[in-house]
Amino acid sequence: MSPASSSADSAGKSTAKTGSATSPRTGAQIIVDTLIEQGVDTIFGYPGGVVLPLFDKFYDAPFRFIVPRHEQGGAHMADGFARASGKVGVVVATSGPGACNLVTGLATAMMDSVPLVAITGQVRTELIGNDAFQEADTTGITRPITKYNCIVKDIKDLARTIREAFYIASTGRPGPVLIDVPVDIEIAKYQTDGNEEIRLPGYKIRTEGHSRQISMAAKAINSSKKPVVYVGGGVIIANATDELRAFVDKAHLPVTMTMLGLGSFDQSRPESLDMLGMHGSAYANYAVQECDLLIAVGARFDDRVTGAVKTFAPHAKIIHIDIDPASIAKNVRADIPVVGDAKNILAQLVKEVEYQPRDEWFKKIAEWKKKYPFRYDNNTPAIKPQYVIEEICKQTKGEAIITTGVGQNQMWTAQFYKFKRPRQFISSGGLGTMGFGLPAAIGAQIAKPDAVVIDIDGDHSFNMTMTELATAVEHNLPIKVCILNNGYMGMVRQWQELFYGKRYSKSYLTNPDYAKVAEALGAVGITIDKKADVPKAITEMLSQKRPCVINFKVEREENVWPMVPAGKSISEMNGLDILESLA
Amino acid sequence: MKHIISALVENKPGVLAHVAGMFAARAFNIDSLAVGRTEDPNLSRMTIVVLGDDRVVEQVRKQLAKIIPVVKVQDYAGQPVVARDLMLITVSSTPEKRAEIYSLVEMFNGKVVDIGMKFMMVEVSGPEEKIEAFINLCRPYGIKSVARTGTIAMPRHATTEP
Repeated sequence: MSPASSSADSAGKSTAKTGSATSPRTGAQIIVDTLIEQGVDTIFGYPGGVVLPLFDKFYDAPFRFIVPRHEQGGAHMADGFARASGKVGVVVATSGPGACNLVTGLATAMMDSVPLVAITGQVRTELIGNDAFQEADTTGITRPITKYNCIVKDIKDLARTIREAFYIASTGRPGPVLIDVPVDIEIAKYQTDGNEEIRLPGYKIRTEGHSRQISMAAKAINSSKKPVVYVGGGVIIANATDELRAFVDKAHLPVTMTMLGLGSFDQSRPESLDMLGMHGSAYANYAVQECDLLIAVGARFDDRVTGAVKTFAPHAKIIHIDIDPASIAKNVRADIPVVGDAKNILAQLVKEVEYQPRDEWFKKIAEWKKKYPFRYDNNTPAIKPQYVIEEICKQTKGEAIITTGVGQNQMWTAQFYKFKRPRQFISSGGLGTMGFGLPAAIGAQIAKPDAVVIDIDGDHSFNMTMTELATAVEHNLPIKVCILNNGYMGMVRQWQELFYGKRYSKSYLTNPDYAKVAEALGAVGITIDKKADVPKAITEMLSQKRPCVINFKVEREENVWPMVPAGKSISEMNGLDILESLA
Repeated sequence: MKHIISALVENKPGVLAHVAGMFAARAFNIDSLAVGRTEDPNLSRMTIVVLGDDRVVEQVRKQLAKIIPVVKVQDYAGQPVVARDLMLITVSSTPEKRAEIYSLVEMFNGKVVDIGMKFMMVEVSGPEEKIEAFINLCRPYGIKSVARTGTIAMPRHATTEP
């Protein structure tokens, strides 16, 4: 073997082993064999007309196969599986409605950089464009919400395309990839010619950071009096949390996280400023607005983080470390951009940074932390949603995998559950997909069978996908669902209260009896409407081996504080007076 | 400011839709877009003229490069390039006006490619300003229709050769 053939640039090709079959195989068989070769052991999928040849192969293929009740649920399950495990999630659906039902799941994964491979069936090649039964332009519909997609019109390209899908989905800034396979390609036979290696001339990933940029960053850090590290989900995706801790320890820096960054840094440590942004901590927001150096790692300056972009971190020099060059300087200027893998760059950076005491800065941060911790008024007879979350955190010792819906339930979870480890908090950040919590919990539980997996959900978020409880029951998954039931779309109601004169327009629905729904679907159902019963109910839930739903009837009009109103600077928070009054 | 961006793309179905869709989704303005084959049958070149400040165009360039079948992206701003548009224009022309219009065509190094009792079709190529100037000069006669390719461009090799 020549030295060149074992060099680093063959890394991508290592996943591209050529098929070893000696006799012609059908397209469906090629798909199954290539999935096995890519290390897939679990598939989420729903059958249908044009994927029948493929599902016939699944009949005796060695996959754990989960059929959701709706394809959207399947996509979110694959997403939860991927976020919990770090592996690529795989979802299969039929053409037309099946593929269309994946759309929300793909968009959710795209926004949060989750590696998924979706395989959809398509009508026969000769019928494409004829408005055939269950035909939809799947690649056209999903193009803006996938990292890459394509339709396979020649069986010769099938194995290579699937390999490319896994490679693209899982490398660089990960994301969903969709492969559309017409039914005639599934049926056709092809004998591999062994020449099916991935071929992606337009796909280049820069993993090593530029050493001069890294040195510039280190110099800026070493001379900074008031730095803040701002960590996003990229650090978790890059498996760089050890490097982050080493870097923070060595240079002695305060750390704030985006919602998707939660779990990247132990929140019980004094350097943690918890989450920043619209519903972030006052101390994180104040620190960012006053810092002289902002070190963004694997974060993308989302509007929920920055508030008014023009006044975000106004005194700071900005270091931006990200694997996606397009994320750098997209929303906020970057003074020292470093493109590359966070794991490599932090490992390089740690060698060049020096310890600085920064006593005054840490003292100021400690004062903010003391003055404005996340607080709520627990001296009421009603059950406070924050109390339920604190109790869950206490009883699970902060070790559970938590998924959420979207809205108040999600923000309170981000504020009151203290995360320790990466891949522990699974929530739809960028897209804000209500109904994500339950199917994501199912996917996470399948990825981590021994973990305690809890979906902390809102009643209206749960309403959107609660049919998937039947999937959890079918597969004996001991997931827990804690519905913080206030009878409202809570965050919508909060905005209506604050900005629309309490005109609660269409933001509440008649809810079912969730305990009965759970029982009817074969799960355990519990209703809690007394505060004193909360701890006991959570203990009981944690002892259940079956899926368990607790309907917590919580305070109806509780608000999430602090809150940065849309378009304001993140230091202009509402609700600080409320936090102070609770001291 | 106007930037000429050249993107070398894989010759695959859906690439044009992907590029056009990205521009629409991210609210970038395309002034013109020209696509054609290159010397390599696997690659096409898209020449895209974009209006925007440097920051916008920087994003355009990065977002284009991020599209997987896009192999290479160059912004020609700030370097000497040859940039050309091709236009076919049909001008109203009675036989009495032919000589007058023909003299314009000659001045612009154009070609008369079709002619009738009431019209002349003219082919003109060149930098965009030249095309615009020709259109303006034709207006008094009456323009029946115009078809333009959009700009294609190539950097001047003389400046890069040693």
